[in-house]
Amino acid sequence: MDIELMVNSFPKLLSASLITLKLLSASLIVGLFIGLLFAILRLNKNIFMNKFAYGYSYLFRGTPLLVQIFIIYYGLGNIEYLRTTVLWVILKEPYWCAIIAFSLNTGAYTSEILRSAFQTIKPGIIEAGKSLGIPSKIIFYKIQIPIAIRQSLPAYGNEIILMLKGTSLASTVTLMDLTGVAKYIISTTFKPIEVFIVAGGIYLFMTFVVHNVIKFLEKKYSY
Amino acid sequence: MKYLFVKLKERIMNIFKKTIFSVLFSLLVMGNVQADKIKIGTEGAYPPWNSKDASGKLIGFEVELAYTLCRYIGQQCTIVEQDWDGMIPALIMRKFDAIMAGMSITAERQKAISFSQGYADEVASLAVMKGSSLEGLDTPAGINLTKPDAAAKKALKTLTSALAGKTVCVQTATIHQNFLDSGDVGKVNVRTYKTQDEVNLDLASGRCDAALAAAVAFSDYAEKSGKPVVLTGPTFSGGAFGNGVGVGIRKDDTELLKKFNAAINKARKNGDISRIATKWFGFDASM
Repeated sequence: MDIELMVNSFPKLLSASLITLKLLSASLIVGLFIGLLFAILRLNKNIFMNKFAYGYSYLFRGTPLLVQIFIIYYGLGNIEYLRTTVLWVILKEPYWCAIIAFSLNTGAYTSEILRSAFQTIKPGIIEAGKSLGIPSKIIFYKIQIPIAIRQSLPAYGNEIILMLKGTSLASTVTLMDLTGVAKYIISTTFKPIEVFIVAGGIYLFMTFVVHNVIKFLEKKYSY
Repeated sequence: MKYLFVKLKERIMNIFKKTIFSVLFSLLVMGNVQADKIKIGTEGAYPPWNSKDASGKLIGFEVELAYTLCRYIGQQCTIVEQDWDGMIPALIMRKFDAIMAGMSITAERQKAISFSQGYADEVASLAVMKGSSLEGLDTPAGINLTKPDAAAKKALKTLTSALAGKTVCVQTATIHQNFLDSGDVGKVNVRTYKTQDEVNLDLASGRCDAALAAAVAFSDYAEKSGKPVVLTGPTFSGGAFGNGVGVGIRKDDTELLKKFNAAINKARKNGDISRIATKWFGFDASM
């Protein structure tokens, strides 16, 4: 065990985890919107919208995140026509490619989480709102969404943690996130165990924080 | 009835004992056989040094050379595949006994493992896509960085101003990455990839302004893919680029190191190395 290496690599890894957090928060925010949109589409009675939303979540939950990143980064990068369009400004950067892939992936899972949360709302609650003469739009925003969010908290917390670990795949498209920098340090010191233990510890700490924030929210919004 | 039962039990136990014994025995024998074999690790993704054919079989200069060296050593060899970025850790952790993966002998790597004498050397070069502004830089054909002369220093200056703010792509944990990190060509935007294949892909897609690797790695890619990849600037050797490619061996494994050095001597004398090198590189890269 090379303790000195562990101590020396800690600040470098810590600053790299900022990139990890940036990737995570950006893709979670975008993913939440995508998830909400597709959850609503899933609940829609229109068969086309319903099937479209189902197909999306089926596609992104059924393929590995690594494959998705590779298709978006290397696959789209290989299409010559695409390189002449405005889209290339975004797709040229590995950072945006990673965020697109992560957002689409977490969006698919989030849509499933939210859909099942909406479906657990007892019809009696909605009927109670209706009988009080509340417009259905307000029932949706003020009653259904808050309940759905509370219901989905445990599962969504799980998704955040999975996504946090998923961001480590960003290093495969040249991003210097926590895993990327850990690999870089290993490439010059040839000591994987020490460096990965420190990197793993930082991931563990981040998971610990996420876990406790979700736990706090669950308690706060329990009824 | 009871007697029959006991008899049956005895027979079953006997069969059990026999199978366990024979399985253990065969394991023991297999273990012994494997102990005699030298395991050599290679990447299988860096043509023409080492790569894989369509069926997934390892081929290339080093694969052929490895079998030749093992013949001189007089031991059987197996060649195993290992990702480049875990090559040296895997050797240290005894997943195999020797590295033959186009690995240049550098001072940095020698801190972790020892190297046999070099068996081949090959220059590095920058590559760009045809039509790039970096094409046709005004530099000498080749520079040696061990003791850079005036022309080499001037070439580095030309490169520094040409590459300022550009993205240069390299495979991770290579001499090429070390060179760019050393600051000899100023502050360039270095992007690292797990394999040379990925470097080539991103060079072709235009995400990299230039890429740095063994010159043959680019000519091999240009030939196979038909993409307009061209070499630019000087070829590099010496300094951060190391002193040729050798067999990487664990530091405590001095016995094996001696065997490989002797085998390389014999193979060089008999002309095997230059014959195999010419076959794979198209020129004599042996040393």
